[in-house]
Amino acid sequence: MAASADLEVGAPVSGGVLVDVEIPGPGASAIVDPGSNLDGAAEFDAPRSIDPALPLVDRAFHGVARTIGLLVLVVMGSIGLFLGYQSLPTLQRYGLGFFTESQWQPENDVLGISGVLVGTFTIAIVALVIAFPLAITTAIYISEYATPKIKSLLVSMVDLMAAVPSIIWGLWGFALMQPKAAHVGHWLHTHLGFIPFFQVDTDPSAAPWAETKYYASAFVAGIAVAMMVLPMAAAVMRQVFAQAPIGEREAALALGSTKWGMIRTVVLPFGKGGIIGGTMLSMGRALGETIAVVLIISPAFDIKFRPLEIGTESVSALIAGRFGEATSAQLSALLTAGFVLFIITLVINTLAAMIVARSRSGASTD
Amino acid sequence: MTATIDRDERESSSREDTLTDVRISGDQDLAAADATLAALDFDGAGVESIDVTSEVTQPRTVGVVVDSGAPPQQFSVDPTVVAAADAAGTATPSPTPAARVSRSHRADSPRAIRARTQDDMMSLWGSFAGSFALVWVLYTQVLPFTGRVGFVICWFFVFLAMYAGVTAVGNPPQVIVDRLVAATVRVGALMVFGALATAVLFTFQQGMPALLNINFFTQDMAGVRPTDPLDQGGILHAVLGSVIEIGIAVAITLPLGIGCAIYMNEIRGKLSRIVRTVVEAMTALPSIVAGLFIYTVLIVALGISRTGIAAAAAIAVMMLPIIARSADVVLRVMPGGLREASLALGASKWQTVRQVVIPTVRSGLATALILGIARGVGETSPVLLTSGASTFLNADPLNEPMNSLPLFVFSAVRSGEPLFIQRGFGAASVLLILVLILFMVTRFLARQKVGGR
Repeated sequence: MAASADLEVGAPVSGGVLVDVEIPGPGASAIVDPGSNLDGAAEFDAPRSIDPALPLVDRAFHGVARTIGLLVLVVMGSIGLFLGYQSLPTLQRYGLGFFTESQWQPENDVLGISGVLVGTFTIAIVALVIAFPLAITTAIYISEYATPKIKSLLVSMVDLMAAVPSIIWGLWGFALMQPKAAHVGHWLHTHLGFIPFFQVDTDPSAAPWAETKYYASAFVAGIAVAMMVLPMAAAVMRQVFAQAPIGEREAALALGSTKWGMIRTVVLPFGKGGIIGGTMLSMGRALGETIAVVLIISPAFDIKFRPLEIGTESVSALIAGRFGEATSAQLSALLTAGFVLFIITLVINTLAAMIVARSRSGASTD
Repeated sequence: MTATIDRDERESSSREDTLTDVRISGDQDLAAADATLAALDFDGAGVESIDVTSEVTQPRTVGVVVDSGAPPQQFSVDPTVVAAADAAGTATPSPTPAARVSRSHRADSPRAIRARTQDDMMSLWGSFAGSFALVWVLYTQVLPFTGRVGFVICWFFVFLAMYAGVTAVGNPPQVIVDRLVAATVRVGALMVFGALATAVLFTFQQGMPALLNINFFTQDMAGVRPTDPLDQGGILHAVLGSVIEIGIAVAITLPLGIGCAIYMNEIRGKLSRIVRTVVEAMTALPSIVAGLFIYTVLIVALGISRTGIAAAAAIAVMMLPIIARSADVVLRVMPGGLREASLALGASKWQTVRQVVIPTVRSGLATALILGIARGVGETSPVLLTSGASTFLNADPLNEPMNSLPLFVFSAVRSGEPLFIQRGFGAASVLLILVLILFMVTRFLARQKVGGR
């Protein structure tokens, strides 16, 4: 206790320095009284334990939080395992054919998901192509261009947009956007029809053009889904942009950068993780979106890469349409389809997480 | 004044070494920086700086810099100031005290960082009007195009081109790019909010006939046929069902989700990495699969009939990873310094979490919760599989099917019956209002508590 007494009596600063400098090594226990000072010596020698004995409230807090964490882990993990387990019978029965067969005809014992997978991805990609530029411009606008007065209003608007139920966006796409989208689709077909992607199985230059051929397509569904996933992406991006370090922003501006120069060199690199993370999140949601898709599309199980044309099918729409009359074997097949969709989104999310981990997002720079 | 400026400069120069990503956008901006320094020097110091100022005012570049109206104006190189300085310099070598006072007052007042010159405004609105006129002539009169969508798209691109051209006269490339990006960003944001506005207005417009009947809010659909007129039947059962289901789901997911996020960020046990991985993975779980899971487990395997509690369970399964993950993100980006400061001051973990972490991230957590609730209340697919669609009022989540708003909207719109579709839009409007109310309440709570501290 001599050492600590010295520390308390003497000038604290010099005392601290002296102790640190002069008693660095194993000699410490020789200088101070070994009997009563084992604690003190250990304190100086080894790195102090920064997890001291916890107060009771902390222990309770740890326990509760840990329990919740484990509970969530168990619940979530068991769902994944359950889906995987339920898929086994189907995969055993149909084998690889389940992934290559495009038709879904349980009455003929022909089941496969290649058609619906293609449809799912077509819708999701259309949605992302529309949503990504809009989301990033919205996020940049809110975090960089909006005046403080309207900024909080716009943030609320984006949150509100995320809060707008998917069924509303489905109605919006179905009743309001579908005719307009058909015109846009017709225009794309007329002028870019030589690209197979914009092909529609009809004559674009026919005098009364076949408007309904452009209805109920992956393109229309993609527009509605884009509106659904957009606010999520925009909110994530905006949050990350807003956290770009103020010092670097000001430095860029002070060095004479234009606003865009500042955004390009500070905000976007800092927010890269948020951009990718937000986009991936929205991709996951776009792949799994159900109701808008069910409302808009007319089911078709062919493998085709023509999003402007009527008829497509997605995994989620398939489940929503078929679960009711499913026997237990078909239910297993539907669960397998859902499981495959889940695995795909999982892979996308994992890739995103890896990319995000390498970026600077969330790193504190203060 | 001089002292302050010097200190500012020293501060900024001492911060330079911490900067790595910043690039100087061009010579032009260096010239701008020089001009500023000169102007600032003059403000404080006097005779010798006058030479510098007049030197700077002569080359055209200064005009360009001022014209650009670019954000980097951390200073007010207002043409009038420079001109006044010049005049003062030539007329009276030593400025009168009065002039000094007025000038230093000017330097003290907040600097306009968004100054726009007449040239800026003219090039913006000129391009705006000019492109409209050009596109109108070409699109509607010369070329065989029709349709408003195409018109607006063409207008936008012609506007960009014209704006770039106008800006190019007397501005460096950086400014052109800056302005084009600014215009694009604004248009993009405008489109998004326009889409939101059309969705809301369209829903209300279509739902208005149903909403105008009082019975729409006070009755259920028991015994009402889809073809019956709108003054019979209502959606009370669906509203009640939605509120009960989402209430149960939030009661389950809120403590679990936020607790899980706190575990992952504040406790950081050995398992926290695994928990985070699994939670992140489960955000990818499509809502329909969550519904199918509950359907398979509770309804098919355990033989529970379709009830409100099954629907709430499906919603909870869907919401939990969303809330946990967004809360996790919010907690993760919180500056570690605050947390460490609290711990270093001797606070326990629990005190740190309760008095530092939670207050700091409260609005972020509220947003996470809003996003989760909004998805939960509006998501039709889990409910579609699990709740069953009742037509009658049912306040008991444990027995009997329970309808909910999204499900009602879905079945109404799919029915193809015009009157029933109107009911569907009416229910969609109510759903929107419900979401709006929830949303505003949560916002209000988040703001109030932050303000109260």
